[in-house]
Amino acid sequence: MLDFVPDKELTRTVRHPLPHDSAVRHVTGEAYYVDDIPEPRDLLHVWPALTPHACARIISTDLRAVSQSPGVVGVFDAKSIPGINDCSPTIGDDPVFAQLRVDFAGQVLFAVAAESEQQARDACRQAHIEYELEQPILTIDDALNRESYVLPSSTIRKGDPEKAIENAANRITGKFECGGQDHFYLEGQAAMAIPREGGDFLIHSSTQHPSEVQDLVAKVLDKPLNAVQVEVRRMGGGFGGKETQAAQWACIAAIVANSTGRPAKLRLDRDIDMLATGKRHDFTFEYDVGFDDSGRIQGLKVDMASRCGYSADLSRPINDRTLLHLDNAYYLDHVTATTRLCRTNTVSNTAFRGFGAPQGMLCIERIIDEIACHLKKDPLQIRRLNYYGKQTRNITPYGMRMTGFDIRSLTTELVESSDYRARRSAIRQTNRDSPRFRRGIALTPVKFGISFTTTHFNQAFALVHVYTDGSIHLNHGGTEMGQGLFIKVAQVVAEEFSVPLSTVKITETNTSRVPNTSATAASSGSDVNGKAAQDAARKIKKRLCEVAAQKWNTRPDAVKFMRGLVVAGRNSASFAEIVKLAQVSRVPLSATGHYRTPKISWDRSKMQGRPFFYFGTGAAVSEVAVDRLTGEYRLSRVDILHDVGKSLNPAVDLGQIEGGFVQGAGWLTSEELWWDANGSLRTHAPSTYKIPTIGDVPEEFNVQIWERGRNQENTIYRSKAVGEPPLMLAISVYSAICDAISSLSDYQVWPKLDAPATPERVLMAMNKIQNGGNA
Amino acid sequence: MQSGNAIRFLLGDQPQTLSNPPPTMTVLEYLRKTEHMTGTKEGCAEGDCGACTVVLGNAENGKMRYRAVNSCIMFVPFLHGQQLITVEHLKNPDGELHAVQQAMVEEHGSQCGFCTPGFIMSMFAMYHNQCPTDRQSIDNALAGNLCRCTGYAPIVRACRKALKSTIKDQFDRKENKTVRSISALDARTTVEINSNGQKYYAPRTTSDLARILESHPESRIVAGATDVGLWVTKQRRYLETVIYTGAVESLTAIDIDDGYIRIGAAVTISDAMAVLAEHYDSLDELFIRYGSDQIRNLATLGGNVANGSPIGDSLPALVALDARLLINSAQQTRTVAAEDFFIDYGKQDLAPGEFLERIDVPLPQERQEFRIFKISKRFHQDISAVCGAFSVTIIEDRVHTARICYGGMATTPLRARNCEKALIGNSLTAEDVTQAREALDMDFTPITDFRGSSSYRSAVAAGLLERFADELRSGEKIGVRQVQHA
Repeated sequence: MLDFVPDKELTRTVRHPLPHDSAVRHVTGEAYYVDDIPEPRDLLHVWPALTPHACARIISTDLRAVSQSPGVVGVFDAKSIPGINDCSPTIGDDPVFAQLRVDFAGQVLFAVAAESEQQARDACRQAHIEYELEQPILTIDDALNRESYVLPSSTIRKGDPEKAIENAANRITGKFECGGQDHFYLEGQAAMAIPREGGDFLIHSSTQHPSEVQDLVAKVLDKPLNAVQVEVRRMGGGFGGKETQAAQWACIAAIVANSTGRPAKLRLDRDIDMLATGKRHDFTFEYDVGFDDSGRIQGLKVDMASRCGYSADLSRPINDRTLLHLDNAYYLDHVTATTRLCRTNTVSNTAFRGFGAPQGMLCIERIIDEIACHLKKDPLQIRRLNYYGKQTRNITPYGMRMTGFDIRSLTTELVESSDYRARRSAIRQTNRDSPRFRRGIALTPVKFGISFTTTHFNQAFALVHVYTDGSIHLNHGGTEMGQGLFIKVAQVVAEEFSVPLSTVKITETNTSRVPNTSATAASSGSDVNGKAAQDAARKIKKRLCEVAAQKWNTRPDAVKFMRGLVVAGRNSASFAEIVKLAQVSRVPLSATGHYRTPKISWDRSKMQGRPFFYFGTGAAVSEVAVDRLTGEYRLSRVDILHDVGKSLNPAVDLGQIEGGFVQGAGWLTSEELWWDANGSLRTHAPSTYKIPTIGDVPEEFNVQIWERGRNQENTIYRSKAVGEPPLMLAISVYSAICDAISSLSDYQVWPKLDAPATPERVLMAMNKIQNGGNA
Repeated sequence: MQSGNAIRFLLGDQPQTLSNPPPTMTVLEYLRKTEHMTGTKEGCAEGDCGACTVVLGNAENGKMRYRAVNSCIMFVPFLHGQQLITVEHLKNPDGELHAVQQAMVEEHGSQCGFCTPGFIMSMFAMYHNQCPTDRQSIDNALAGNLCRCTGYAPIVRACRKALKSTIKDQFDRKENKTVRSISALDARTTVEINSNGQKYYAPRTTSDLARILESHPESRIVAGATDVGLWVTKQRRYLETVIYTGAVESLTAIDIDDGYIRIGAAVTISDAMAVLAEHYDSLDELFIRYGSDQIRNLATLGGNVANGSPIGDSLPALVALDARLLINSAQQTRTVAAEDFFIDYGKQDLAPGEFLERIDVPLPQERQEFRIFKISKRFHQDISAVCGAFSVTIIEDRVHTARICYGGMATTPLRARNCEKALIGNSLTAEDVTQAREALDMDFTPITDFRGSSSYRSAVAAGLLERFADELRSGEKIGVRQVQHA
């Protein structure tokens, strides 16, 4: 029997800043990722062959030389698929292997299985494929001109915006665009398929969505779901990039394993990963806003378009979320916004932390800045003026009443702690006499809706076993990608049983233990899996209470779990003792738990309802300095105040805030996806695609969890989701750069600046604004 | 010439001998596939993300010197005579974590954990090199390690905590033994490998190098392989014969005599730039923007020159400073001015059988002013959009001589001759600079690519000229990173 020493520190596990459950394994190299799992005997290595053409008909395919290459065991294409040639998460438009035609440069044509990775790789180069090239549609403008869409457009509407704009004292129109973003998880996509007896398969996959991988593998193999088991111990980063994009590689590995009877592994190298998998959507915006002399928005009209790539993937819900976050923290009485879902001959864009919301929020923040510039006021004043109200002005454009949303007091605290006012006035003062550098500062808020807009995804399952020695085995449907989900859920379970955290075994996610799960996405991981695990733990606790009550001849509700003990009045026994007693009393020590997010309802056809359980909130102040001669800039100070409710684990939450912010700053500054005229992505590795390095993080980086934070909704221990919201705090960086540039017009003009605000774009914007232009 | 076909090195503290290993097998591949040590990760296979970082130990004057390097583009035979330390070696035998590991756990420096082994190894090298704890030093040492999860803040905190520790680790305690083990490897012989027809030579003298090159004119010379490594990992090119110059003693030497800093072609960027920056302050910033610490520890000045890329980081400086290149071969030795060496894109003044032996950089002259500025999308570890190097002599407030060279503006690093002409005789007033800017416009027609458009490059080139004049007038170092927040 394990000797559980009651330990005050450890039995109150929730709210402690405990290290990541794998921290020690991370720093010693002992944490396994898919490619690190000891390779099974006879493992085949698989490599995909990509087309270099963005839009072409395949005339002929000659793979004889590929098959005859050294070490090659098999070549697999569309014809090798026993089931359906599709790995789309939605509408069936993502072929595993291209057939007859190719629709983006980087699409997979076939895959080679060989004895070694190098042999598979070299063989791929031996193919002879003839194409008839067609004119590709590459940009949003191309697609709009040719009316090329993956799905119909969506519109959200409230009030009479046309009239409100017409009647407003002031009016601004404008347009700008923001680029996409590669996830650049450090571990590329990877999967290993291992045949089991009876035609079953175990799939190790680096995926945020094991149930979907299971489903798609079953479909390509034409097998029932119960023949496919998917397991994920951890990912080396996900960020949305392994929600739908992991499936294709698992499917290919499974096709090879199914056909050869040998285990098969497919691991993408960085270039293929970046060429063949989807990214954040780039967007264009055209806006028309009417506002009164104080800066209050009267009416707003926005036409957006997103580059979805060649297929639908998750573009529908992503674009919906863009519409639902166009308001950010601001009350809009009269608004209409439409987003068009452009089909282009580029990789199919997908989920990425924020899921469309960052783009919508960037748009409204830019509009607010422009209003402020027009009225010669501090943008912060305009922001506050337009913030949602508590009692009035608190209905979102989609009809959801905002309750308990307190961005105002959070802003006030941040304004104080960041010394925003004094710094802003000092910057305005010194900019005047500063020919070399211009500084800029901005405060931007974040309001981010928590819940999947597809309502039925908002559920989770858990399976908790208590063994007779009192040790606990925790399973739930969530996946670990670094965000600290596993430690948080384990903290919840340890807290429920009031046992040391070390008692709770954290296990890999496996579809055979917890089935039919939703993706670990939409920031919902700890909310829903924490609640599901709590439900399972409480079921077992209830049974243990009955066992203990019978033993001590008392009522079950008199039994408490405290510091590793089970206690009722003066009676007490160790947790393990009661567990043992339950076993001999023939009481089950295993339970499943389920959670469905309450209160939400969403009518997509009307774009009305309550799509979100609650909102994540925060705000950031960023200050930048811009080099007048070169466009280079530096983020010199950042202050963040973020609401995580009552944190389950402040260390994990702080990590999400800091990391999310820097990732968002990368999106808006140095991370530029650059396609050439033929539609080939030319920035497909870290040598050309520049995510932030340690040197881009300001020395003065003050990140605080909001002490007053509390979730008014009944979430797990009143915590709030924290995965995505902090990314959008980085909009303050973009705003601050614009502020710095605007100084060159003596703050008369707000610069036209597309994102990412690379040094080139910044220099060009400065030159234009100084020459009196701003087109 | 004594030679052997085996390479010998320490893996942790265990001597290893590999007979005729594949010459272009990377150290990462060796670790993961041969040794099944999977702690070291592949993130990019091009030396840009740092997930594959390992540490090399060298015995120098009876002491161990540790350097972080990228194992993903380093060839296995380079390990000869060195100690290879990976993340698996750091824990004490009793299971206690190394100070850098412990600090990363305590400060929550890992999230997904995939980049973590690389960070740990870079931090391990910092620990042994007594890296200071100011942000700039930490940034310079860790800018070659990308992390996508943490935003780096906890890693900075962990670094500061670990670097404050003064505890001797197991590597310090075993230092003497390690030095003896390395010398027992007896790695001072010429290595000649033949692995299924793929050949590798690591001569120890220039005459051997010249002789081998003469008999294998088709061979590929490598020093750090930070570029050639990518030919293998990215382009899957097969290199039939590889000649490694890093074992040639005279090629790894730095001397200062007769008015020149003489840098052997196989001297690493780390060592070369440190010496050059002592004499030319302005190179300091270029140095920290040049690749990453891991790259600078492998890459060589000679490689950068012989490679001749129009965006090679050292080249504008060498041309502006009028460096001389010593070219050697079995037949003859000759000297060529750096500016004449770069003939066209991918074409250098180097005949088959010839190799670059040394780069001679003149010592600063009286009244000479030198400045260099590199501009890229990201401050650290990026490739130039434009790099401008300016060397002038000033006599009685007037420009007497001028050598200005830009990278990223043409197919080779190229002097801005019109601009130079416009500056000579002038005193760098605003008016003079405006004139020189106009002249500069006639010097270049840059291309557009993902690093910058043609018009941006031209605008930046002009901006750098102004920055140069501004620095000279003000006597200050001027840069956006020097600007403090309000």
